[in-house]
Amino acid sequence: MAWSATSPGANQPDNTAFTQQRLPAWQPLLSAGITLPLFFCVGLAFIGLGLGLYYSSNGIKEIEYDYTGEPGIGNCTACARVGERVAPPHPNCTCQWCFSLPELFQGPVFLYYELSNFYQNNRRYVVSRDDEQLSGLASALRHPANECAPYQRTPTGLPIAPCGAIANSLFNDSFKLLYQRQPNGPYDEVPLDRTGIAWWTDYHVKFHNPAPINGSLKLAFHGTAKPPNWPRPVYDLSPDPNNTGFVNQDFVVWMRTAALPTFRKLYARIRHVNYSAGLPRGTYCVNITYNYPVLAFGGQKRIIFSSISWMGGKNPFLGIAYLTFGSLCIITGFVMLIVYIRYQDENGDGDEDE
Amino acid sequence: LPLFTTPSPSPDYQSGKGSRRPCPREGRKKINQIKTTKYTLLSFLPKNIFEQLHRFANLYFVAIAVLNFFPVVNAFQPAVGLIPICIIMVVTALKDAWEDLRRYKSDKIINNQHCFIYNRKEQDYVQKHWKDVRVGDFVQLQCNEIIPADILLLFSSDPSGVCHLETANLDGETNLKQRRVVKGFLHQESRFEPELFQNKIVCEKPNNNLSKFKGYMEHPDQTRTGFNSESLLLRGCTIRNTEVVVGIVIYAGHETKAMLNNSGPRYKRSKIERRMNIDIFFCVGILFFMCLIGAIGHGLWKGKFSGLPPFDVPDANGNFPSIALQGFYMFLTMIILLQILIPISLYVSIELVKLGQVFFLHNDIDLYDEETDLSIQCRALNITEDLGQIQYIFSDKTGTLTENKMVFRRCTIMGNEFSHQENAKRLETQKELDSDDEDWTKCQYGAFPGLSTLRHTGKILFHMIFFQEKDVTPDQGLLTKVKDAALKLETLTPHKVTKPSFTTGSSITDFFLALAICNSVMVSTTTEPRQRVRCLNSPASASPSLPLLRLTLEKAWGQTPPLAVEIPPMWATRAAPGKTARPIIPEPEFCYEAESPDEAALVHAARAYNFTLVSRTPEQVTVRLPQGTLLTFDLLYTLGFDSVRKRMSVIVRHPLTAEIIVYTKGADSVIMDLLEDPKLRKIRAKTQKHLDWYARDGLRTLCIAKKVLNEDDFQRWANFRHEAEASLDNQDELLMETAQHLETQLTLLGATGIEDRLQEGVPDTITALREAGVQIWVLTGDKQETAVNIAHSCKLLEQRDMVYTINTESQETCESILNCALEEVKRCYDMSKTEHKFFGIPLPCQAPSSTMEAAVPDIGLVIDGKTLNIIFQGNLEKKFLELTKYCRSVLCCRSTPLQKSMVVKLVRDKLKVMTLAIGDGANDVSMIQAADIGIGISGQEGMQAVMSSDFAITRFKHLKKLLLVHGHWCYSRLARMVVYYFYKNVSYVNLLFWYQFFCGFSGTTMIDYWQMIFFNLFFTSLPPLVFGILDKDISAETLLALPELYRSGQNSKFYKMSTFWIAMMDAFYQSLICFFIPYLTYKDSDIGVFTFGTPINTISLITILLHQAMEMKTWTFIHWSVLVASFLLYFVVSLVYNAICVTCNSPTNPYWIMEKQLSDPTFYLLCFVTPVAALLPRYFFLALQGTLGQSPILEAQKLDKLPKEKKDLAIQEWRRQKERLSTACRVAPFPGNARLGHLQVPHFTEQELRDSSIKESSSPMKRHVGDWVLNRDKSSPLPCPGYVGHNQRSPSSSARPSPDEHLLGPSGYKAFGMFTDSQTGSPGASSRGSHKRSQSSLTI
Repeated sequence: MAWSATSPGANQPDNTAFTQQRLPAWQPLLSAGITLPLFFCVGLAFIGLGLGLYYSSNGIKEIEYDYTGEPGIGNCTACARVGERVAPPHPNCTCQWCFSLPELFQGPVFLYYELSNFYQNNRRYVVSRDDEQLSGLASALRHPANECAPYQRTPTGLPIAPCGAIANSLFNDSFKLLYQRQPNGPYDEVPLDRTGIAWWTDYHVKFHNPAPINGSLKLAFHGTAKPPNWPRPVYDLSPDPNNTGFVNQDFVVWMRTAALPTFRKLYARIRHVNYSAGLPRGTYCVNITYNYPVLAFGGQKRIIFSSISWMGGKNPFLGIAYLTFGSLCIITGFVMLIVYIRYQDENGDGDEDE
Repeated sequence: LPLFTTPSPSPDYQSGKGSRRPCPREGRKKINQIKTTKYTLLSFLPKNIFEQLHRFANLYFVAIAVLNFFPVVNAFQPAVGLIPICIIMVVTALKDAWEDLRRYKSDKIINNQHCFIYNRKEQDYVQKHWKDVRVGDFVQLQCNEIIPADILLLFSSDPSGVCHLETANLDGETNLKQRRVVKGFLHQESRFEPELFQNKIVCEKPNNNLSKFKGYMEHPDQTRTGFNSESLLLRGCTIRNTEVVVGIVIYAGHETKAMLNNSGPRYKRSKIERRMNIDIFFCVGILFFMCLIGAIGHGLWKGKFSGLPPFDVPDANGNFPSIALQGFYMFLTMIILLQILIPISLYVSIELVKLGQVFFLHNDIDLYDEETDLSIQCRALNITEDLGQIQYIFSDKTGTLTENKMVFRRCTIMGNEFSHQENAKRLETQKELDSDDEDWTKCQYGAFPGLSTLRHTGKILFHMIFFQEKDVTPDQGLLTKVKDAALKLETLTPHKVTKPSFTTGSSITDFFLALAICNSVMVSTTTEPRQRVRCLNSPASASPSLPLLRLTLEKAWGQTPPLAVEIPPMWATRAAPGKTARPIIPEPEFCYEAESPDEAALVHAARAYNFTLVSRTPEQVTVRLPQGTLLTFDLLYTLGFDSVRKRMSVIVRHPLTAEIIVYTKGADSVIMDLLEDPKLRKIRAKTQKHLDWYARDGLRTLCIAKKVLNEDDFQRWANFRHEAEASLDNQDELLMETAQHLETQLTLLGATGIEDRLQEGVPDTITALREAGVQIWVLTGDKQETAVNIAHSCKLLEQRDMVYTINTESQETCESILNCALEEVKRCYDMSKTEHKFFGIPLPCQAPSSTMEAAVPDIGLVIDGKTLNIIFQGNLEKKFLELTKYCRSVLCCRSTPLQKSMVVKLVRDKLKVMTLAIGDGANDVSMIQAADIGIGISGQEGMQAVMSSDFAITRFKHLKKLLLVHGHWCYSRLARMVVYYFYKNVSYVNLLFWYQFFCGFSGTTMIDYWQMIFFNLFFTSLPPLVFGILDKDISAETLLALPELYRSGQNSKFYKMSTFWIAMMDAFYQSLICFFIPYLTYKDSDIGVFTFGTPINTISLITILLHQAMEMKTWTFIHWSVLVASFLLYFVVSLVYNAICVTCNSPTNPYWIMEKQLSDPTFYLLCFVTPVAALLPRYFFLALQGTLGQSPILEAQKLDKLPKEKKDLAIQEWRRQKERLSTACRVAPFPGNARLGHLQVPHFTEQELRDSSIKESSSPMKRHVGDWVLNRDKSSPLPCPGYVGHNQRSPSSSARPSPDEHLLGPSGYKAFGMFTDSQTGSPGASSRGSHKRSQSSLTI
């Protein structure tokens, strides 16, 4: 209904800066004059930063070896062939990769393994896990989440621990690094620190073993089955009680699914007192226990020694990106400069005309 | 209608003609409670959800959410997929609920108002709430009470059975209306006895026609009494001037006519939204394409693996579906994944932005009118941005361009003209007086303790109307004549039957008597119980509590009797400045309440000559003559005004001569045809001449005539009339017939000229809108001459314009005129173009896009309603439109409301342009509804236009700021926001798409979906909103000073196809950068899925926010804080979420990722380089544009940055330059042709002629200009009254009609020859037409 309002000033709008849209405002208007210094500043800064990044990345050393065992390449061909024929779990098969370092490999040195063409980021794969089970929740241990299917229960109905495709496909090659100080000398095993390879929070917060029963982890896992591909149950992953079960560091690292189909995972760090400065000059051999078949899906396996800098691993791209876009900024800056000068001229002429 | 389907044929019901009406006995019938709410507490949820699902977009998103519940396709967790749509729907539901709550509250207030209802038990009237009123109740109302329902009037304290109503709440009309008690109830005791009421009432079903109501009452003795709307008191009106009335409730609650007329706000779709919907379909196309890539890619990827890779997970049963099926599933998954490519949040954002825009629109103090205490009303909430794209304006004339405040200016009596020079002079100085007057009013009404709550402004308006209409300075010469004549009249002895003489003297008295009597003006004086407060122009949507307030105040006033005593008469001190109470002026004079301002003006004019209308009852009219004698005429009949007859008549018995006299007043075209007096032909011709003068002066003309009836004729006619009144079926036609039967063979007394003054600021507004590139058409029902004149005075037509006038009734003529005019215009246009080329002078006359205006002399077109009809019937629309495309303004005169809307529709549909219609009267309603935007002016002619409009303003001049500033802002804001939204969503969603290439097209997201949802809902939603509501690309002052900036909106500059695609390309580029720089950085590293996604998400946020920052043109602290807050909010939320969610969101797990990233230098390095790389092209382009760009918008933005004085100078310089260019363009092709051109080339001033002839002395245009007056009816003495020089003020010698000067050019054009050929046959046909004005003329 059309009733009217008649109280005083009822309909008169407030005369404030806000309601009248007169708020004080900064009005930037992009033009050559204003943007010129910006282009040059940013450009120079980027080039400077880029150079720094590039050189610091170049300082990082990497040694890598493809041990996939594709026919005719490397020493692991035999193992690879075995793995192809037999269904998992595979029998142990070892092969060896030897290399020599002409000079000290600056530490700290990290040992990675790299898988190619392995889509850990496949959607159905990524979700095939049960975080509650992994966090040690007793109920989840017995009742894995549905996402784990078909690795949720065994055909007999036993819950699988850890459930899911990620856990089932756990990478299980292992490496042993041997160091030959003198030619023809004895090979010393280089101690590999395999404890601090997972994220601290993963190891301490996200992953927990179920409460041991009578001090036995095995009893705690009683009533569950091992994932089908695994050679041994989860509580036997390592003899170290702090590194077995769900909190096995290899397992924890594996469970953090990689973003890209070619990925590395940290295997170990070399930080024994003797090797704290890095790997000294000499010959090294890596004994590879070859368990994990990748040839079937066209994957590749590598082993990589790498040092790191303040900005992480070897990463030349970031430096290049900074250099590229820094130069682009400078170039646009010059274009702007030309435009600016010409425009000023025109403007000046125009002014003179009038 | 539930009421009438109630199947209870109790004795209380009486059926008649398909309608039933309960007898007023029991209180079980329809109650008066109104409920405008849509929902109840219970029904809200289902109903609201149902309504929301009607929107296509919502349905789409719900479908996608449902799709998520199928395990094979789910990309997210099923429940999570529902979140966005739920939030959207909840927000919308909250908005709806809030609106509904407001309606509920206002309903409650209305429903709980009090009124007195008769209670049978207590045998008395008891106070009850409005909601308890039922159909059939007896309601007693006192003076100044608001009527709670539609009530049939059965009793009035007025002895003549009349009750006065104010209908302002209903239609905005402030004059009092009379309602009569139903016949048969007239002569009652002082009190109405409901107990004795035994009748059955039968009436029509509830309908929304406010002016029509029919029914009858069946008495216990089976006799019937008819009644009509004369006896119906409508809900919402206020009782005035009458102490007590009693009536029976006929319609209650929602069945009342007022409620049935109350249609809610309208829903229209704006141009941007239409454009947007197209682009959304493009988005759907892109989405489909991307999903297809995903599906095919997935299939190919699967096919790559011969064995069973460990990362390929079979379904729950350990099986793998076929590749094709998996591809199909993946297609669906990708739809879910990429769904926000269709910007779901855009819909909500647009709603919110429009609300904000409406808020600012409503709060603009420049659009507020003090006089009426009204700001702009936005009735349609969702077409604000259309205001910035208007290309055509269709305007009403009366009340829109003009004030619709009538002032008596001149009159002619028996062929003698009385020019009223003094009156004219006084009116000239009126404007200066106005301001003083206002102060005076404020002073006077200043000092009322306790009543300071009432507004002063309405009062001032009220006062001013009367000030203007009342004060007529009489013409001295006429005044003396009147005195003489009046003396004679009074010497007449009552019983002496004089022969009707046609002496001037008696005619003069007759003339003024007619002015005083022949109307429906109500007289009220201070002696009557008249306690009214005027509140003009009640806003339709305002809160209902205020009438109550008014009511109580009035009651309070009623108790303080002679107020005049309490008030210091004139110069009361001002107690509260700005707040004054109502006017209780000691009125020494009569106050006239007229239905139309014309009538009041005439009565006031009569009073100026001392023929004062003293009182009017249904039976009698009393007039005081100059000498002070009171003459009381018996009012035998009043034949009211209607638009078909265009006249009204009263039949009175002269008290002195006892003659029965019919006084008729009406439009000249009608009255002139009804005259039948051979002796007075000369007078008639003279009067006609005067009328033409008046019309040329822009005056409204009325003819006054009389007729003396003899007793027998009258009796016969009266019987006839009585029968007509009693008939129920075709009452209307019969009444019309009787009226027409009577109004013949009239004697002309004279004619009057009333001025309708131009509203303040109209020419300025029109000029500005013109510069803005808006074509303005005037569609009026008024006479051509008046319209042309007003058009000139409001600068719609310029002196030097070429004006084509088309008046014809023959189709062929019309067609050939159109052809010929078109030919002419085109040639003119072409020539100007070639000339420019020839001289090699680049004349960028106007914006290049508006080609039609470039370099052509401005052309005006005047067309009348009959010709319009022919154009519509004869399929000439195309030609007409083509011609109008070249015209700068078009005037359609004498057009009916239907024609108005047809014209609007024609232009809107055929030319595909944005149209705006503005008007104030009921006759503009159809046009307002037809246009893309309808604007109502809440003025004098009621509220109907406002009720049907999208926006309601109080003055025409407000249109300038509304369009140029708010329109531009709303448009540019919304357009840019929409484009930004498309960009934002595409650039974000593409990140996910690029990732698919690296995850085997499996639908994995590298960003946690909660963060994705938050990203759209919280982190990036506020800045665009603020941008859409607050950003100003150009300041209001600059926009007003440079109207041509409006063209950017007309040309859809901010949002067109190219803008959209550029935004898309940019989005693709940016998403590529934002994805691949991190990708290449993290390639071959141990990066995890979400660890990879987090920097991408962050980079994308920074890029999107910075992009927004680059779009913003004004940075207020709100802009700043919203941008910064969005940025910070992202980090805070991410950190908190990543820190607390350990296993809360299985199986995806973002735990501690943000924290980890923030401790990684690479993350920061990425966050620097990527946004810079992503935005570099855009930034570069913008900077380049800012330097080199020539668009007016950019120039204006540069102006805005200048300090105030410099800016003003620059604006002046700009305007000067434009003017130079445009005049050069306009004058250039125009030769010095006025010498040759006769008739209608008159509007060249000497100076211009000289200029143009110097410039183009040898132009070929010269040759034919003179020949374009076609079919001039040479036989008639003054062939084209009103066509001869449309402007009297500059009657140059060259403009005089001189047929001898018809000169054919040395070499006539072929086309021209053809034209004359085709004309040879038609002139006879057209002049043979019955109407005397059926000439067709084409004039230049």
